Amino acid sequence: MARNSNSNRLRSGSSGRFFAALLGLFSGAANAAWELNLQEPATAVARRVYELHSLLLWVIVVIFVGVFAVVAYSLVYHRKSKGHKAATFHDNTTVELAWTIVPALILVAIAFPATSALVDMRDTSEPDLTVKVTGYQWKWGYEYLTGDAAGVKYMSVLSTPREQIENKAPKGEHYLLEVDRPLVVPVGKKVRILTTANDVIHNWSVPAFAVKTDAVPGFLRDTWFRADKEGTYRGQCSELCGKDHGFMPVVVEVVSAEKYAAWAGEQKQQMVAVAEDPNKVWTLDEQLALGEKVYTTNCAACHQATGEGLPPAFPALDGSAVAKGPRAAHVEMVLKGKAGTAMAAFGEQLSETDIAAVVAYERNAWSNKLGEVIQPAEVKALRGK
Amino acid sequence: MQATSHTGYAGHHDHDSHGHPTGWKRWVTTTNHKDIGSMYLWFSFVMFLVGGAMSLIIRAELFTPGLQYVSPEFYNQMLTLHALIMVFGAIMPAFVGFANWMIPMMIGASDMAFARMNNWSFWLLPPAAILLTASIFVPGGAAGTGWTLYPPLSIQMGMGMDMAIFAVHILGMSSIMGSINIVTTILNMRTPGMTLMKMPLFCWTWLVTAFLLIASMPILAGAVTMLLTDRHFGTSFFSAAGGGDPVLFQHIFWFFGHPEVYIIALPAFGVVSHVIPAFSRKPLFGYVSMVYAIAAIGLISFFVWAHHMYVTGIPLTGQLYFMYATMLIAVPTGVKVFNWVTTMWRGSLTFETPMLFALGFLVLFTIGGLTGLVLAMTAVDIQLQDTYYVVAHFHYVMVAGALFSAYAGLYFWLPKWTGHMYNETLGKWHFWLSMIFFNIAFFPQHFLGLAGMPRRIPDYAQQFADFNVISGIGAFGFGFSQLLVLVIVVQTVRGGARAASRPWDGAHGLEWTVPSPAPYHTFEDPPHFDQAEAHG
Amino acid sequence: MSHPASASRYFVPQPSYWPLVGSCALLLLASGAVLMMNSVANGGFVVLAGFAVLTTMLFGWFGRVIGESEGQRYNLQVDRSFRWAMSWFIFSEVMFFVAFFGALFYIRVLSIPDLASPAQAALWEGFQNSWPSAGPAATDPFSKMHAWGIPAINTLLLLTSGATLTWAHWGLVAEKRSQLIIGLVLTIALGVLFLGLQVFEYAEAYGHMNLKMTTGVYGSTFFMLTGFHGFHVTLGVTMLTVILFRVLKGHFTAERHFAFEGVAWYWHFVDVVWLGLFIVIYWL
Ligand code: HEA
Ligand code: HEA
Ligand code: HEC
Ligand code: CUA
Ligand SMILES: [Cu+2]
Repeated sequence: MARNSNSNRLRSGSSGRFFAALLGLFSGAANAAWELNLQEPATAVARRVYELHSLLLWVIVVIFVGVFAVVAYSLVYHRKSKGHKAATFHDNTTVELAWTIVPALILVAIAFPATSALVDMRDTSEPDLTVKVTGYQWKWGYEYLTGDAAGVKYMSVLSTPREQIENKAPKGEHYLLEVDRPLVVPVGKKVRILTTANDVIHNWSVPAFAVKTDAVPGFLRDTWFRADKEGTYRGQCSELCGKDHGFMPVVVEVVSAEKYAAWAGEQKQQMVAVAEDPNKVWTLDEQLALGEKVYTTNCAACHQATGEGLPPAFPALDGSAVAKGPRAAHVEMVLKGKAGTAMAAFGEQLSETDIAAVVAYERNAWSNKLGEVIQPAEVKALRGK
Repeated sequence: MQATSHTGYAGHHDHDSHGHPTGWKRWVTTTNHKDIGSMYLWFSFVMFLVGGAMSLIIRAELFTPGLQYVSPEFYNQMLTLHALIMVFGAIMPAFVGFANWMIPMMIGASDMAFARMNNWSFWLLPPAAILLTASIFVPGGAAGTGWTLYPPLSIQMGMGMDMAIFAVHILGMSSIMGSINIVTTILNMRTPGMTLMKMPLFCWTWLVTAFLLIASMPILAGAVTMLLTDRHFGTSFFSAAGGGDPVLFQHIFWFFGHPEVYIIALPAFGVVSHVIPAFSRKPLFGYVSMVYAIAAIGLISFFVWAHHMYVTGIPLTGQLYFMYATMLIAVPTGVKVFNWVTTMWRGSLTFETPMLFALGFLVLFTIGGLTGLVLAMTAVDIQLQDTYYVVAHFHYVMVAGALFSAYAGLYFWLPKWTGHMYNETLGKWHFWLSMIFFNIAFFPQHFLGLAGMPRRIPDYAQQFADFNVISGIGAFGFGFSQLLVLVIVVQTVRGGARAASRPWDGAHGLEWTVPSPAPYHTFEDPPHFDQAEAHG
Repeated sequence: MSHPASASRYFVPQPSYWPLVGSCALLLLASGAVLMMNSVANGGFVVLAGFAVLTTMLFGWFGRVIGESEGQRYNLQVDRSFRWAMSWFIFSEVMFFVAFFGALFYIRVLSIPDLASPAQAALWEGFQNSWPSAGPAATDPFSKMHAWGIPAINTLLLLTSGATLTWAHWGLVAEKRSQLIIGLVLTIALGVLFLGLQVFEYAEAYGHMNLKMTTGVYGSTFFMLTGFHGFHVTLGVTMLTVILFRVLKGHFTAERHFAFEGVAWYWHFVDVVWLGLFIVIYWL
């Protein structure tokens, strides 16, 4: 069976309705997706889990068949219509003891492999590389803490275009399982993942690695994997985290050590290159260009590209009292968020330049034509407070 | 006023001024366990349709990849309400309905111990249902957190969340009062000669269930109360910044939540323990071990909660402990399964609708239980947690388990309640349609889960498309098949062949010694308890 | 005019509207509270209406029960039912407190030490494992509630009230009505005094110690646990007052006085919860 991540099934774009789906179902064409088992493991731990699951599957199938063979026999031979007369027995200590003890022994037997696989899974000691993963509504933040790429830090956002989700364009091969910037790690190295979250609980999960760990706000949890093979591995956020829970995939790119080193070098260079000068003075046009980008990646999920939001859960910014009111309050809202709502404190995620740009964008986009420029220095001053 | 009008048998000698209300007043004021039982059952059926309609919205949205009919927020709200309504509005009240109808009749009591409070337990349900369903229409919509209501997500929600919280409080009150009533009835109102170890198993399962409810519902009430104060009064139980922990909520929730799943399962076991012997024409095998198994399940269920939390980062030792403890539950449950199987062995089996549903229960519940065991293995659960494998597991135990068992009980006792036999042909249709469509709907979800499809998502990757289509077809087929119940029950209430007092020749128990339909006041005085009716 | 209870027949009450009234009351209370908490419309009035309906219902319903009891409609079997029911009710209350004590235990033994552990140092640098604590993000200083002031006095008050209540019970059993009345009055007075001191303590906390609901987990657990306990004391005092009035009206006999005993059990339960609170909230 082919691995899911490779399954290559293209569907007609209008597959939004019943019949198209039925056709797809019965056409039998290239249905590599009739996946019946766990995804193909890509780490030693995942292989152990795979084997453990296979073992359990056999155990429960055998128990099931055993029990229901007896039932089937009764159903066939002990029916009234065949003239079978009911026996009257209703107790037998020996068999009752037997079917208490035997299952218990079976359980003890499977407890051994189950325990050792788990102990292995939890052993995060001596990693070659540590990455901190932060869950945001609804994107992942990666920060390399050690290794070649130490210090590299970026966000990873779903890259499937909106039109595909809304059935206005044919769905691509990796529909919903693709991101703009995957996590990149070297093959054969023990990677320790530290998870945490910024707003609500998320869960960082990659089935091929048998990795799935909650990202709990305010706490760090850890897990690890050592990928055998180069390739792209995909997973999804696995803890309900609100509206776009279904739209925050995890993509891990496993590359050779050389490629990884090269990638790390590139990232570091770029970081230096784009390191903004917080004292730069921006013009309105420059700011709007940058601001729109920042807005699309960070804000549009809730406030929508149109600025209309999804009231009342997510307020409109077009015409909003805050977006048209005093600048300080607006900047502050973005910097510090609002406790108890989905509005996060973006001061921890975005640079002063980005915040200045996005606020300026909001104050000029749609019908909010205020014509204001906001300099990063202004944001910096407010952040200090 | 005449002394007789107060000797207790309200409504029997109503010569006095406040006679017996009729029409709708009868139903809102009633203190009769049969009336109240019927109200519970009707309420639960209505809620089942409402919750089911929500599940159809879910399945329709999931029919193909892409966002079709509803927005993701609304999807989450449907998901949450579907679960809350099914669990608290449909399945639990259904079994409380059975308890109300049957326990007094089974133990030879005049009514429930607290007949007036019994009425309140029922009438608390509609306000809770109103709060839950109305929350869809308030600003911000209903809670979109899943039925587990995990913070901090539940802190972000709008006022719909508060409505859900208060609904849970009210449902909790209802359950606690109902349970106190049931425990007291069972412990104090058995007819002379009916010792606990001669009591019908359904009463035993309810005794333990009621205990679980009294012990666990207050815990849930506490959990949602802390949620409420975290939301509105600035406490920090579930916020790390203030020294709390979001995972604390999960511990408290599941300390309630795991017993809760047995609250759903145990009465179902009880019903099946009556149906299988009746249609095997053979006494229940291993009555005593059944009782011990029920008690063991009830007890162990308080010590396994964190098997829902394997991926939250609890320490390894915790994972190991909870894994072993969870595995342990398979043993008493296995005892029950084996006892049912042996009851049928060398019986004289017939396959009327109640028996068919009991058999469906047996097969499918065992499948669900066995997949539960797979989930109990922490290492495997880490692959499967929050995937459709879990969804498949719990629909097998809750729909094919609890719901099928409720149907078995419905067909089994309907003749006693109405005095008429139901339409056997339609009943069989109902069973076979349910059985087939249920499996079409939920079996493929195992594969989806194994392949890694997360639960609680409104849209999914392409490789999951095919099984979701199948599952959707099954769900719609299953859902519409359930409308047959309405037809059958209404038919039976209005007419049909007259039912004998013991319409099933293999059935035992005091309830079968009275005419069908059972008189409004069944046992005015404690009846004579014939040992032949022991164990129900 | 008395209608002696039949020994063999169980009492089943007449149809009654009170349950429905109670449900309406709760619906009003819940919707009112939702509106209030979300500052929509005027929820306060709805809550008040809910309270009014609830009070009416309680008076009506319990009035009915008391009437039935005094009319001797309850035989011994009914009496036993009441005892079972009250015991299970108290058990459910115990479990309610278990949730909050459990939360406190978890916070003190697991979450605070975990937040202060090296594993979390990257997030909460410099946070120390100590109790009381308002959490790693706290900046506002506050002071701790000490055990040996008001709380110790309150402990004495409640313990004494347990004794006076038992003394009253002896009076009831021995047909010494004046001892019964004095005992009840003393118990109620001690309960009220307890509540008064608790209000004072809260005022101190808010006014001078900067200890609030919002003071991290310490404030949260402190006010939730003592608050719910205080609420239960209030209920207990109310029930004792009802009992006192019934005694004054000549209710209860030496043999049959379940209502008195039920309330007494409740009072002792509230007492025991307080001891738990005193130890884990104030002392340790
Ligand atoms: C009626 C309800 C019900 C019942 C009875 C059960 C029964 C069991 N459940 Fe299930 N469960 C749920 C309802 C139920 N569950 C729900 C609602 C959820 C999800 C909640 C949510 O997240 O929303 C859940 C989730 C759930 C999880 C968490 C999954 C996850 O989120 O990752 C786990 C993990 O251990 C689990 C395990 C079990 C086990 C071991 C049993 C056992 O009791 C099963 C025992 C039965 C058998 C094993 C079969 C019969 C036995 C034999 C034939 C004997 C021989 C057998 C052996 C020797 C193995 N369940
Ligand atoms: C006992 C409880 C119970 C019952 C009976 C059911 C019954 C069903 N459930 Fe549900 N379900 C849960 C408990 C239950 N469920 C829980 C606890 C969850 C987890 C939620 C969470 O994650 O938080 C869940 C989640 C859940 C999901 C997962 C969603 C997700 O994770 O994204 C799905 C998806 O297929 C589903 C489907 C169904 C279906 C098709 C039925 C069918 O059996 C329903 C069949 C019945 C009908 C379809 C009604 C028929 C009525 C009509 C056809 C007419 C309608 C007319 C009127 C209203 C007048 N359920
Ligand atoms: C996860 C959802 C989410 C994201 C992403 C988000 N917001 Fe918000 N935002 C909210 C919510 C919810 C509110 C309403 C808070 C309240 O109740 O006052 C809000 C309020 C606001 C307001 C005040 C609007 C008003 O009229 O009250 C501004 C301005 C704002 N957000 C800007 C931004 C910017 C800039 C970004 C991106 C950098 C952003 N938001 C990203 C959810 C979000
Ligand atoms: Cu993030 Cu789900
Ligand atoms: Cu469980």
